[in-house]
Amino acid sequence: MSDTVIRVEGIGKRYRVGGRESYRALRDVLSNAFRSNGKRSCRDFIWAVRDVSFEVKQGEVVGLIGRNGAGKSTLLKLLARITRPTVGHAELHGRIASLLEVGTGFHPELTGRENIFLSGAILGMSKAEIVRKFDEIVAFSEVERFIDTPFKHYSSGMGMRLAFAVAAHLEPEILLVDEVLSVGDARFQKKCLGKIEEVSRGGRTILFVSHSAAAITRLCSRCILLNSGRVEKDGPAHEVISVYLREVMVTSAFREWNGADAPGDSVVRLRAVRARKVDGTILDTFDIRQPIGIDVVFDVLEGGRDLTPNIHVFNQEGINVFVAIDQDPSWRRRARPAGRYTSTAWIPGNLLSEGYVTVGAAVTTMAPQNVRVYERDAVAFQVIDSTEGNSARGDYAGHLPGVFRPMLRWETTYEPKPAEWHSLGETVNGEKVLP
Amino acid sequence: MTAANTANILSEPPVLRITPPQGWWEVDFHELWRFRELIYFFVWRDIKVRYKQTAIGAAWAILQPALTMIVFALFFGKLAHLPTEGLPILVFYYSGLLPWMYFSNSLTNATAAIVQNQGIITKVYFPRLALPISSVLSGLLDFAIGCLLLVPLMAYYRIRPGPSLLLLPVFLLLAVLMALGAGLWLSAMNALYRDVRYVVPFLVQFWLFASPVAYASSIVPVKYRWLYGLNPMAGVIEGFRWSLTGRGDPPGRMIIVSVLVVLVVFATGLIYFQKMESTVADVV
Repeated sequence: MSDTVIRVEGIGKRYRVGGRESYRALRDVLSNAFRSNGKRSCRDFIWAVRDVSFEVKQGEVVGLIGRNGAGKSTLLKLLARITRPTVGHAELHGRIASLLEVGTGFHPELTGRENIFLSGAILGMSKAEIVRKFDEIVAFSEVERFIDTPFKHYSSGMGMRLAFAVAAHLEPEILLVDEVLSVGDARFQKKCLGKIEEVSRGGRTILFVSHSAAAITRLCSRCILLNSGRVEKDGPAHEVISVYLREVMVTSAFREWNGADAPGDSVVRLRAVRARKVDGTILDTFDIRQPIGIDVVFDVLEGGRDLTPNIHVFNQEGINVFVAIDQDPSWRRRARPAGRYTSTAWIPGNLLSEGYVTVGAAVTTMAPQNVRVYERDAVAFQVIDSTEGNSARGDYAGHLPGVFRPMLRWETTYEPKPAEWHSLGETVNGEKVLP
Repeated sequence: MTAANTANILSEPPVLRITPPQGWWEVDFHELWRFRELIYFFVWRDIKVRYKQTAIGAAWAILQPALTMIVFALFFGKLAHLPTEGLPILVFYYSGLLPWMYFSNSLTNATAAIVQNQGIITKVYFPRLALPISSVLSGLLDFAIGCLLLVPLMAYYRIRPGPSLLLLPVFLLLAVLMALGAGLWLSAMNALYRDVRYVVPFLVQFWLFASPVAYASSIVPVKYRWLYGLNPMAGVIEGFRWSLTGRGDPPGRMIIVSVLVVLVVFATGLIYFQKMESTVADVV
């Protein structure tokens, strides 16, 4: 028996331009009938998805990435059978559930309890299945107290939790997930991610659409990059993500400038910026525990000045996490002769939080102070947190906020029966603490 | 995997093929049957929501036809002196209003079914037919509640139903199929052209006067009776009244024309609906 669970062959979806925008009014149809004389030019159509073919094996977790309008969501809708393809076909083996939006089918007038049944049924659960999982769903949602309150009285957070609890208890063989990360607060987003991770460990096949390169690298072993409705690259997630970042974000872990277009002035020109491991390998993705070397290569064309390279590190929210200025004592406060310099700044392991990091590189004259060259998005790379338990996240799999994720030294002191327990009358293991 | 082991009526067939729309007849009744629990939940939702915020709840199902009956009895019966086939006027109007109100409410609800559920349609797959079907089915509860008033009403006028009562389900089935058939057409059109939403109230009002609710079809000249039967609700309402009271003649040729029209509307409705179904998520 073949273990291919999804086989897509030459699938394509054509939309009439404008057809999706809004509903048509009869008036437009009538007036068009007179105007267009039945002829319709091919420019009125766009292919949202075209010639897409791929196969997914049992248990694979595949990310679908691409810029807005690349066809990711349309492709997922085709596989979820929400819309039919114009050409091509696909075969799916096994029960399918799509998480295109949590909370599908919730009705404001119905109670939490009633909505669990309704939404569960719409998402594809049988009544018996919902009855069986009901307590589990309620416990997961943390809204026990309000389970018989109409849904319209729920806070948005409670509503979201209940909705996700239902979706999380589907047990499909194939799960299609679209932009779960775009709804809810950060805590909720991470809870979704955690649940998806859990599901994927259960051997289910997942197709996961996201803009978040970080989420895809963390969850998916394989990734498909879509561009203008076509498959541009299909392969191991980190390779595809690098292509995506290079082409879409227009940055990579390595940047080089030749000749006169190199950023800089008559004194100094930037030649290259690289992100690398200790052994010199240039990488797009760094394990959070690894030190990251940022090479700034620059040519000094006019010698005799005191020049200081520096780097500016930004996280994926665009926050300037820190700036680091060259401290190398051998060149500090020294006039540099003309020539090529390579300065490497070492970002220690266990410092940056996980995510997409961009680094700007600059060379500055200190006295008088003058920024000679500054390249804002010189290089970019991913930092991924390990799940092996020896990073700062320890054994915690959920959302960890913060721009830094340092490994701190923790110390513990232990006292079996502190003196004030006696005066407070505490009980330990069911017994009163005696003096 | 537990999901595979639990005998699940909603579980997909081993292989699911996704293809472009093919041909003009793709209605998959097996699939619809597998989704019968979902239809049940839609019906359950419609009923729950309908009475959730009303003060007297399901009593409306009796009050609506009862109040209309009084209005009709006053204006058409007492003032206009329209013939009532020898039936007491209250029984005459109520027995006509019950199937009519079921039909008109179901038709209105079915028309809105696709548009009202667009949030679900654009997110999850299920046979879209489940929506108009559940609209039409959920009206049956109101109908059944409305029927309760018939018992004291007929007892008061000492009308005892005869063996013709056995045919009542047939006329009810015709009303269901007619509401569904027309509902399929209108809900699909409503998804594409929202004008339909404004047309339906007029359509229903016009249809009421083209049906023997406020008058008996005997005022229609005999030679046009078959033409009158082209409105299937004429046959349904006359038949309903006849099977309930046993008075008057059984609807003959008129009902044959009605059955044919119902079948044609239903079949073409299915075809039109499923043609719309494949693209509805893109346009709704």
